[in-house]
Amino acid sequence: MPAQSGRESLCCYHSHPPVKSSIALNSHLVEIDAVDFAYGKRPILANINLRIPRGKVVAIMGGSGCGKTTLLRLICGQIRPSRGEVRVDGISLSGLDTEGLYALRRRMGMLFQFGALFTDMSVYDNVAFQLRENTDLPDDVIHDLVMLKLNAVGLRGVANLMPSELSGGMARRVALARAVALDPMLVMYDEPFAGLDPMALGVIGQLIRKLNDALGATSIVVTHDVQESLQIVDYVYFVSEGRVVSEGTPDEIRRSDVPFVRQFVLGEADGPVPFHYPAKSYAAELGLTVP
Amino acid sequence: MNGFLDMLARLGARATNMVWRGGVMARFFFLVLVNSGPAFRRLPLTVREVYFSGVQSLVIIMVSGLFVGMVLGLQGFQTLQNYGAEETLGVLVALSLVRELGPVVTGLLFASRAGSAMTAEIGLMKATEQLKAMDIMAVNPIARVVAPRFWGGVVSMPLLAALFSAMGIFGGYLVGVVLIGVDSGVFWSQMQSKVDWYYDVMNGVIKSVVFGFAVSCISTFEGFDAAPTAEGVSRATTRTVVTSALTILALDLVLTAFMLKPML
Amino acid sequence: MERNKYDLWVGVFLFAGFAALLLLALKAGNLGAENIKDIYKVEARFENIGGLKVRAPVRSSGVLVGRVQEIHFDNDKFQASVVLAIDKRYTFPKDSSASILTSGLLGEQFMGIEAGGDSAVLKEGDRIALTQSAVVLEKLIGQFLFSKAAEGGK
Repeated sequence: MPAQSGRESLCCYHSHPPVKSSIALNSHLVEIDAVDFAYGKRPILANINLRIPRGKVVAIMGGSGCGKTTLLRLICGQIRPSRGEVRVDGISLSGLDTEGLYALRRRMGMLFQFGALFTDMSVYDNVAFQLRENTDLPDDVIHDLVMLKLNAVGLRGVANLMPSELSGGMARRVALARAVALDPMLVMYDEPFAGLDPMALGVIGQLIRKLNDALGATSIVVTHDVQESLQIVDYVYFVSEGRVVSEGTPDEIRRSDVPFVRQFVLGEADGPVPFHYPAKSYAAELGLTVP
Repeated sequence: MNGFLDMLARLGARATNMVWRGGVMARFFFLVLVNSGPAFRRLPLTVREVYFSGVQSLVIIMVSGLFVGMVLGLQGFQTLQNYGAEETLGVLVALSLVRELGPVVTGLLFASRAGSAMTAEIGLMKATEQLKAMDIMAVNPIARVVAPRFWGGVVSMPLLAALFSAMGIFGGYLVGVVLIGVDSGVFWSQMQSKVDWYYDVMNGVIKSVVFGFAVSCISTFEGFDAAPTAEGVSRATTRTVVTSALTILALDLVLTAFMLKPML
Repeated sequence: MERNKYDLWVGVFLFAGFAALLLLALKAGNLGAENIKDIYKVEARFENIGGLKVRAPVRSSGVLVGRVQEIHFDNDKFQASVVLAIDKRYTFPKDSSASILTSGLLGEQFMGIEAGGDSAVLKEGDRIALTQSAVVLEKLIGQFLFSKAAEGGK
């Protein structure tokens, strides 16, 4: 299996901050090169370039509908770019058939926006799902692994409950345990903080950081929750209107004077992203002026 | 004039849409067949679905069968009495159940009980991104979610139809023999001499198998194809029942025409 | 193999379903009741078979002894040729006669065999020489009317 050998030979990755050149190819787990994507005629991404370094937690931030989730779907191969190339662990996704894609996905984990736990299975079965489907491990080994993962998210006690019996924050943690069940090399988080109370939010944030370091994995966090994510990530990409508008470490982002970033970080209503959707003037709308 | 053109355009759009959906459904059916391996290799998955679509439909099917049989007994007796042919009541009840009512009514009930549940379940899994999550975990949702449900339905349907007919005949017996007083021996012997196990019983079974395939295919497809919203799932569920009913009745006509041919 | 709660109920369901199928075939249908395997075929020719159908019963003294297997039109003799499949357990003299009868006034038509007195018996491929065609009700009524009219003319 070429993918596997590739991974082993790359295990001695560098941990310096990402450089925007292609020399240190091996240090990037995910590379997105000049990618265009459109849903039908509606363009979502335009000529976007991204590098995700190995072993890091990287946040992709931006307003709703800016194409963040589309980026994740491109990385896991659920959609194909109309132009450009996506490479994960040096493998170009465009050349893969379903088999190859599935082989690659076995080494990825994803946490969905609302957990997406299988509602007809218990928490235990949810976490065990991938182990049962994609490995030939005996039941007692699976049991130990599931308990290990549940313990890591602090929810060993709910193993026999159904997902419907969990609170939102607990469901998110179970989904996290499920996402890392196979010790993936890449974990993707789609809005992990959405709809959580501050306490659950802090817990999830810490878990993302800890699991990433413990597993030696690489994490991509897609979010619009600036304050929480700035505390846990190593690097941030800001995406707006289908392109990267700014990037940097959390400190650089906090000090940034790019107007869009300032507006986003400080949460101002008006700025480069206008409060008003483009329309004719208010006065004209109310019929106060002669158009 | 413009309104008329509009109407024509809408009609055309609906027709094209229908043809399109038909094509997509055929492709889906093919995909399900290709990905049916796990449904047979891992039997517990399918057994579970037989439980949901078959066992849980038992009560409604058997009770309906009993009632339909009793009504047939009453109505049939009324009519046959006019010709002094009460002794053929058993034949009337058995033939109408085994050849027509058994497969068709069971198919309709099955579509509304088990089929709509299948659609809602798969649609909801889609709406809550469970299918997508499965796909990302390198597990094919058609193989893992759709195929077991499909085959569960295919297995359940003929057995349910047989139970429906058996209960119906029992219902006819209750009304005809126990209540009205047709001679029990005549009731059964007439039935046995006129109902052929091959031409009548087997043809009914073939019908129910075909209906099972049709309803299972429609139900799983509508669920898989549902718009991933609450409204989309509810619309898909409605479509399952409507499309299944129409398909069953149309198929029944075709199958009956085929099966009657050797008898002429 | 691991068992779960579904297995039992699905097992019950499968058993009940197949039992119902068997019941339909045996109790309501005629599987097993009359599934004659050992048969011999004899032919009979008729001027008119009326409404006789393939698979109609063949009875002798009212007892089912076989089924009509084949009906076709013999274009040389302009007669209907009927092939009867008769249970091997029953033998009939060579000079037996076959007639097409009706059960009840408007009931279905069946083949009746009346035994003759010959010591040789019918064998596979034999032909029943003595036959009586179906009674056609319209003809009967016509004859009746004619004879009445003839009586009135006297």
